[in-house]
Amino acid sequence: MATPARMRKVGVAGEKGETRNKGEVEKEQTQSPIAATIEITTLVLIAAVAFSIRLFSIVKYESVIHEFDPYFNYRVTQLASEKGVDAFWNFFDERTWYPLGRVVGGTIYPGLTLTATWLYKVLQNVFKLHPVNVKDVCVMIGPLFSSFTAISTYLMVRQVRSRGAGLLAASFVATIPSYISRSVAGSYDNEAVAIFALTFTFYLYLKSIKTGSMFWGVCASLSYFYMVSSWGGYTFIINLIPIHALALLIINKFSTNLYTGYSMFIINGTVLAMVLPVIGFNAVETSEHFSGFFVLALMNGVALVKYLKRTLTEAAYNKALRLFVTASIGVMGIVSLAVITFAMTSPTLRWSGRSLSLLDPTYASKYIPIIASVSEHQAPSWSSFINDLRLGIILMGSGIISCFRPLSEGSLFLVIWGVLSVYFSAVMVRLMLVLAPAACCLAGIALSDVLEVLCKSYHITAPAPEETVTSPSKKKRKGRRNSRSESGLGAIPRPLALLGISGTIFVLSYHLFHCSFLGGEGYSSPSIILQSRTRDGGVYIFDDYREGYSWLRENTDYEAKVASWWDYGYQTTAMADRTVLVDNNTWNNTHIATVGRAMASPEEKAWVQFRKLDVDYVFVIFGGLVGYSSDDINKFLWMVRIGGGVYGDIKERDYIGEGYYRIDEKASPTMLNTLMYKLSYYRFAETVGRDGMDRVRNTKFGNPDITLNYFQEVFTSKHWMIRIYKVLDSPTLEQA
Amino acid sequence: MLGDLKEIVQVFSREYSKTPKLLKIVDCFILYALTVAALQFAYMNLFGSFPYNAFLGGFFCTLGFAVLTVCFRMQIDVTQTEGADKLGNLEKVFADYCVACVFLFFVSISYVG
Repeated sequence: MATPARMRKVGVAGEKGETRNKGEVEKEQTQSPIAATIEITTLVLIAAVAFSIRLFSIVKYESVIHEFDPYFNYRVTQLASEKGVDAFWNFFDERTWYPLGRVVGGTIYPGLTLTATWLYKVLQNVFKLHPVNVKDVCVMIGPLFSSFTAISTYLMVRQVRSRGAGLLAASFVATIPSYISRSVAGSYDNEAVAIFALTFTFYLYLKSIKTGSMFWGVCASLSYFYMVSSWGGYTFIINLIPIHALALLIINKFSTNLYTGYSMFIINGTVLAMVLPVIGFNAVETSEHFSGFFVLALMNGVALVKYLKRTLTEAAYNKALRLFVTASIGVMGIVSLAVITFAMTSPTLRWSGRSLSLLDPTYASKYIPIIASVSEHQAPSWSSFINDLRLGIILMGSGIISCFRPLSEGSLFLVIWGVLSVYFSAVMVRLMLVLAPAACCLAGIALSDVLEVLCKSYHITAPAPEETVTSPSKKKRKGRRNSRSESGLGAIPRPLALLGISGTIFVLSYHLFHCSFLGGEGYSSPSIILQSRTRDGGVYIFDDYREGYSWLRENTDYEAKVASWWDYGYQTTAMADRTVLVDNNTWNNTHIATVGRAMASPEEKAWVQFRKLDVDYVFVIFGGLVGYSSDDINKFLWMVRIGGGVYGDIKERDYIGEGYYRIDEKASPTMLNTLMYKLSYYRFAETVGRDGMDRVRNTKFGNPDITLNYFQEVFTSKHWMIRIYKVLDSPTLEQA
Repeated sequence: MLGDLKEIVQVFSREYSKTPKLLKIVDCFILYALTVAALQFAYMNLFGSFPYNAFLGGFFCTLGFAVLTVCFRMQIDVTQTEGADKLGNLEKVFADYCVACVFLFFVSISYVG
């Protein structure tokens, strides 16, 4: 633990030294060997920090896969590495969504799994590291790709602004808590590789529109292909880039390079994206992708007009323009009418629910409870902006301002990226992840501008009066981006500049301290193993999930069907290796609603429904004994809503007790009779007493005398967090 | 209106004849690719889009080829890039262009069939 801390300090120090050198170096536009060495060392250290700051979860817990989705990815990776990539593409999973099954190969984003598989193969066959198993590779993907993200962020910002800003942005992105939370060791999820793909695509795209080289255009579209294959968030890119191009057209910055870079990106990107089965024809049929084609058409129009203007004589051009305008008004009218009717009638012109809930934040809560029920689709709270982005969000505003001096294609891109992602992250908390790199780039630019001013004034040794300092240097500084120095602030007294520099270093160190604290304490929990502090300072581990899943694996038939709420589907198939009804890939809302309805029905009805689906075991997650708050009783209203969305016999108001959703004596009778309630509180009174408290809800529970006739308790874990019941073949009648 | 159009076309053809021969060849290529794209589009609309992937492959291939060639033309257009070492630049641009085209064809071919 000491090593990462020391490395971080070195990282900060090296960074400062580089930024300071930068000020001098920039004048002659060449880099001295010392500066180059410092730069590379700093970058390597930043990458090392990005890697090591994400290892807290292994140190504190163990090397396990985290949470829900990563378990599925892990399972698919296992399959791909054992049976080969072809088996992966043809993978039909009959052990989930019973009795439907799921076409996995055609419905997942394959980037992450294939990356891990190839990495594993390389380690095994090239480096001959046989002790390394698939799980270790999967666990380490997050940290590894975070260091790649840091490097590609550096490349991008260096491209847009300067080397110093690049290093600062890289150091921010390496340590920003919002990104740490999605890429700690063990968090083997799409986002872990997708953010790297995102920044790298942006870097290559910006490079291609800056140089105008078709080669870089090809590279950018390949990187975009990787992005598409790894995360559904690629729609952000395919909309952001056209918006940026449109903005450049509007401010009349059309250039050959822009045309080359943009049109290659759209055409190649679309063709490549369609290769993936999960995208398929969506890339030309759904509205999320249309903005790219629209701007492409517009850009070709602009190119044509520019070409005509150059070729024709002025008089002829004016005539042509007049002709064009009159014709286009007529054509536009017809076209827009056609488009509107097409949009009204066409079934293919659809927006996916997630995208719609982005444009209209209230859409999901109104129409699709299953999207609204996922916590990462909620709007974030204000505190999480500050907590997760910290210096990033504070400096973002000034970063936007400093991007406008001067406004280049690249800095305009960063501004648009920042502004759009602020909106999106305010709608959906998981999109905070898209904001994080943007905030880092902007913050890096802002801070490097500040440091540049400070360092420059530190270097102006002559304590001359202000007029003589500013006026000769004005010529030298012509074209310098920073306005503060131009407005005379460049001549800050030396002690003050020193104070400013040390202040910045202090703030940055504090930022790092906060980030590593949050990375270690807040975001390292694998959520299948829970930790709490005992009174004497020790650590107490709750390992109930794995206890329950291994019970299922050891004690039930291999073909047994297990019903639970969909949150635990992936974990059940991966850890218990049993067939489940629903899982976290929420592709079939009706099926989920069926399970929700069964959970919300009285015992007998639920038994009938579960029997129809061949269910052998049902389990619930119950936190009432130890105070584990994300248990099924707290999620229960969502089951009711999702069930009620499909089946009319479930009505939310029946489950609301006096005044609000409650589980004590004043809970509604319907609620007290539901299967979920019974399975959760069955025999609870024997442990905590009839007046015992539910420690999550901090109330007594309403019905201490629960009898079960159709279900039989077969397993309850040590802390009662996972309770497994067998669905009986025929009801026991002794107590009925 | 029609007279205007005629005049514009006349002026255009007069001015266009001044273009270097190389650019004219490139223009032919662009026109050819666009025509093929338009033919495919018309065919799709007239006779149905049954092998939709093949249509998409062909359409995007020709469209992409046209766009690439436009990029190429813009970059070698001497009147546009009035700079030094045009020949070296031309070679570099042509190499880039070849790489991009080969790449596009390789991707498009995966749609055929």
